[in-house]
Amino acid sequence: MNVRFRLTDDQRALRAGVRELLARCFGREALRAAVGAPGRLDRTLWRILGEAGFFALRLPEADGGVGLGLPEAVLAFEEAGRALLPGPLVATHLAAGGVPGAAHGETVVVAVDGELAEWLDAADVVRGDASGAVPLRSVDPLTPLHRLPGPGIPDPAAGGPDPVAVLLTAAEQLGTAGRVCELAVEHARTREQFGRPIGAFQAVQHLCADLLVRTETARAAVYAAAVTAGPADIAAARLLADEAAVRGARDCLQVHGGMGFTWEADVHLHLKRAWVRAQRAGGGAQGEELLAAVLAG
Amino acid sequence: MDLSYTPEEEEFRARLREWLTKALPTLPAKPSPDDWPGRRAYDLGWQRMLYDAGYAAVHWDAAPTLRLIFLEETERAGAPYVGANFVGLLHAGPTIAAEGTPAQRARWLPPILRGEQVWCQGFSEPDAGSDLASLRTRARRDGDAYVVTGSKIWTSHAEVADWCELLVRTDPDAPRHRGITWLAMPMDADGITVRPLRTLAGSAEFAEVFLDEVRVPVANRVGEENDGWRVTMVTLSFERGTAFVGEVVACRRVLGELAREARGNGRWDDPALRRRLGRLDAEFRALWRLTQWNVSEAEASGGVPGVGGSVFKLRYSHARQELYDTAAEILGPGALDLDRPWVLDRLSSLSYTIAAGTSQIQRGIVAERILGLPRGR
Ligand SMILES: Cc1cc2nc3c(=O)[nH]c(=O)nc-3n(C[C@H](O)[C@H](O)[C@H](O)COP(=O)(O)OP(=O)(O)OC[C@H]3O[C@@H](n4cnc5c(N)ncnc54)[C@H](O)[C@@H]3O)c2cc1C
Repeated sequence: MNVRFRLTDDQRALRAGVRELLARCFGREALRAAVGAPGRLDRTLWRILGEAGFFALRLPEADGGVGLGLPEAVLAFEEAGRALLPGPLVATHLAAGGVPGAAHGETVVVAVDGELAEWLDAADVVRGDASGAVPLRSVDPLTPLHRLPGPGIPDPAAGGPDPVAVLLTAAEQLGTAGRVCELAVEHARTREQFGRPIGAFQAVQHLCADLLVRTETARAAVYAAAVTAGPADIAAARLLADEAAVRGARDCLQVHGGMGFTWEADVHLHLKRAWVRAQRAGGGAQGEELLAAVLAG
Repeated sequence: MDLSYTPEEEEFRARLREWLTKALPTLPAKPSPDDWPGRRAYDLGWQRMLYDAGYAAVHWDAAPTLRLIFLEETERAGAPYVGANFVGLLHAGPTIAAEGTPAQRARWLPPILRGEQVWCQGFSEPDAGSDLASLRTRARRDGDAYVVTGSKIWTSHAEVADWCELLVRTDPDAPRHRGITWLAMPMDADGITVRPLRTLAGSAEFAEVFLDEVRVPVANRVGEENDGWRVTMVTLSFERGTAFVGEVVACRRVLGELAREARGNGRWDDPALRRRLGRLDAEFRALWRLTQWNVSEAEASGGVPGVGGSVFKLRYSHARQELYDTAAEILGPGALDLDRPWVLDRLSSLSYTIAAGTSQIQRGIVAERILGLPRGR
């Protein structure tokens, strides 16, 4: 007799499984190695993800997929976001079943649906029109970017951005939000100044509390959108998740003090990736205008 | 993860809807905000209607999901808010139900459910607000009674209350949290003076309560002597749990009204305003989902609302203020006219980051009790 808006045991197990897989094949060492070799997509890692079912997660079993739904995909992408997993994950996931080899990690698929294109040079298949794309010096060492000449934002008459892509981006942002909250709390517990952990200072406590509030509110919105799959719910989830990730990473940086400003600490990687994802189609003004239009009836 | 309802729940919703359609037109006219006896009668009358229809105890013994449906549907239908029944139904009642003796439950709970008695909450004192445990109102044992002297403040509905759930200090020498006792004080006892306080919205929503040698029978003590702090924590977790469900539904309705107003007066053409409304819509969608999430969690943990309520309250109180600030932007100069809609709501929204634990206190709770940070200073 109840609304069971909680993770099922299977969903918990899936989440734990993805977290374990990513810790194994893309742990801290692999992360820092990737930072040291910008622009190179690790094809071995891509195939491992493919074999694990990351891309084929929602493909029906009859078509060689895992046969799971949007909530499970959201949990997997949340983990990818936490782990700072690089590559055109959303585009390749969406291409599973449509583009040969995408489902099993043999093909790298890139989608052009905004003013920027991620991982264009690593792509085997490009969906959308990338003509005239010019490389730029990406602020995120883990995401090579091209700038597109045209209006970039897809024609609304053509249906606007794919809501599933918008939602999976929100899931990645949620992963970042949760991770930076943990990093901030860990640091606040262990770093001592004035003879006590900085987490005993109220100003630091309140930064951490706001990190959690933004994350948990975004989590409820993202998970609910995964259940309803409604475009307005997805737009809302994306707005909350972008905010939780970007502001969360900023506050996490602040809690880390000078250490947060270094290349060595991972905080900047989370912030920069959150900035990149926030630029994808469906966020910011696009999401807000969509919801305003729904309000106006 | 599932957001659907069971057939039993859908049936509960359908029956409730049907009843509301029939019952609401029979309500008397809404009294004016300054008419306290009228407000008392109106709020009690509504509770009596709920009692007769079998919904009186929905806050207490229904599964959290049914409570959610109840609050959602009554708000949608425009039914009265709990009003003067708030403390009885959401603070004192649940506390007595959880901690009272069978005799106490039999004495105090039925009149609350039947809409016969109003309760108020005498916790805060002039020198004990956020630091509630420093309260000083003194209760001295004299035979079969406590003799209570001190003063309470910000006591909502004190003017029309029959009973007060009162926190008093029974052992001034014990550590602060261990010398407090929970008493049910009849508001017609000798020695009680109630002085209404006007809020910034102009009406007298709360009061100062002065207590001069008020005799409260020992039989009115809920829980053990000096165990009142623990008894109180039971109450506060109820307050921060599902108390705001109906309001979130109401805020979403207001958002729709604001969009219509903006379209009518031309402000809709400003993209910055549209974006602000769009973001607020995202905000209240998320708060509704967070409510459902918290209710599911409460259900799984046996019905006790947990500290997750603090996360919700922090976000919600801020969102509510942003909602009415946006209303003011849409109204323009009309935002300064007390006769325009939303202007009084904007004023009362200012209390949301203060009442029931300020935002600063809530952040401390989140930091220490959820995130496990070391105790602050
Ligand atoms: C509309 C309304 C209705 C109310 N109804 C009732 C009622 O029916 N019964 C009842 O008992 N009480 C009631 N209250 C009282 C309410 O619970 C208190 O106002 C609240 O707990 C804050 O206490 P205070 O007003 O003494 O403020 P203070 O505690 O003096 O706080 C003042 C400021 O200092 C900050 N502050 C205080 N301590 C700390 C700290 N440790 N760290 C950081 N910041 C801090 C606060 O956040 C706040 O900004 C009501 C209040 C309002 C506004």
